[in-house]
Amino acid sequence: MSREVLAHYRDLVLVLVAKELKVRYRSTVLGYAWSLLHPLAFAAIFFVLFKVIMRIPREDYALFLVTGLFPWQWFANSIGASTGSFLHNSSLIRKVMFPRSLLVLAGVLNDMFHFLVSVPVIVLFLLYHRTVPSLAAVALLPLIVLIQLLFTHGVALALATCNLFFRDLERLAVIVTTLWFYVTPVLFPADMIPPGFGWVVYANPMAAIVGCWRGLFLDGAVPGTLLGLAAAWSLVALAVGHRIYRALHWRFAELV
Amino acid sequence: MSEGPAISFRDVTKYYPVTAGRAMFLKDVLLHLPGSLSALRRRQRFCALDGVSFDVARGESFGVIGRNGSGKSTTLGLIARVLVPNQGSVRTVGRIAPLLELGAGFHFDLTGRENIMLNGVLLGLTRERVRARVADIVAFSELGDLIEQPLRAYSSGMVARLGFSVAVHLDPDILLVDEVLAVGDEAFQKKCLRRMAEFRARDVTMVLVSHNLGDIESLCDRAALLDGGRLAMVGRPREVVAEYRRRLDDGAAGTDDAGP
Repeated sequence: MSREVLAHYRDLVLVLVAKELKVRYRSTVLGYAWSLLHPLAFAAIFFVLFKVIMRIPREDYALFLVTGLFPWQWFANSIGASTGSFLHNSSLIRKVMFPRSLLVLAGVLNDMFHFLVSVPVIVLFLLYHRTVPSLAAVALLPLIVLIQLLFTHGVALALATCNLFFRDLERLAVIVTTLWFYVTPVLFPADMIPPGFGWVVYANPMAAIVGCWRGLFLDGAVPGTLLGLAAAWSLVALAVGHRIYRALHWRFAELV
Repeated sequence: MSEGPAISFRDVTKYYPVTAGRAMFLKDVLLHLPGSLSALRRRQRFCALDGVSFDVARGESFGVIGRNGSGKSTTLGLIARVLVPNQGSVRTVGRIAPLLELGAGFHFDLTGRENIMLNGVLLGLTRERVRARVADIVAFSELGDLIEQPLRAYSSGMVARLGFSVAVHLDPDILLVDEVLAVGDEAFQKKCLRRMAEFRARDVTMVLVSHNLGDIESLCDRAALLDGGRLAMVGRPREVVAEYRRRLDDGAAGTDDAGP
């Protein structure tokens, strides 16, 4: 692939992401605050539910919550938007040839941006608990971002593609993502899971990824096995997503 | 650039699945399970193009006419490579730019200037190359200060003018035009036609699909008539248009095989 073509693909992703961000930040008064308000509102309601009412035994529950909830919302928002990635761009797909997978990638990167601007809020929670993020944590952050980006892109690509052939998928995806949230240790610590159900965590890629984020923010270190597990899941998701996409993308213009 | 035709169709056949393989809805599948399964087996399909062969020479303006459903858009889709033929081969030489329908690839909350960048990159240029053309595009569009306003503030004619201005500044080797010549007021239409004439002079290959037979006669060097997915005739635009009119009259007279 020539340098010119690669430069064009890079620019395609850039203008597609820039489009979403510009629209989002221009047409609303609150702009940047919206990136924070949405996850914070959920964090607040879960805090009331699980700390105040259910009294989960964790001193730093608010901090614990945001370190899992913010990355989860990146994932969930990307998955929710993915099913429309191709359908909403039908007029382009029917007329212009370009790698359609970039539409999905731009969507995931857009949500990644909103996650990244919420990281300072997590840091504020850390400082409140008199913890200063370690240098190791800062160094690991890009790696875990990459792992979650690849995983989310893989899943989103598979969903966006399959949704063209099976339109009920977008409704199923919403339900499955919601259920997935509750079986992933986001609201509760993984060590509260009763013995015998530990496999739920190992069979769940998002449990591994959320585990990485918790390790990074709460302990300043991530166990190698957990990092390896998350990385392996992300590569599997990417491989499967791309395989499905490559097998079917030549028919998109007939279907959208 | 190599010699030979800019576009070459050889025995091109394109089917669309009618039932099987299209997007399926869970309710339909469950409610009509036996029917759905047998439909999958039958593999019903609609033949949009049937063994079509033609060449378009470099720098030629080629018109495609025919009734609705005769295969015109499928032909353009195959040239643009968004569709893949079931049989036969499609070859093209050079960079292809389609002229998009009104507003496609634009975002109405972005300004005209931002949309030039978005549309230019979507249509195949790098940001650097779009930047180098922005001034020309703005000038050609005659939108003036409105270029800094969001597209929401534009009339549909203005949006079309902006779209046309971007498309004709992409320096394509092959320009695909699908029924979008009638943009803007009369003055702007004349400007568009002048620009098309310039393209012809500059050896840009053009494929025009239009129901405006006058445009086909005045802008094209050659034309093709599609009828029910088959190539009925290729030749001088006047003759092809005359044959098309004759067939339309025959259809209206009684055989009544009008397309969908």
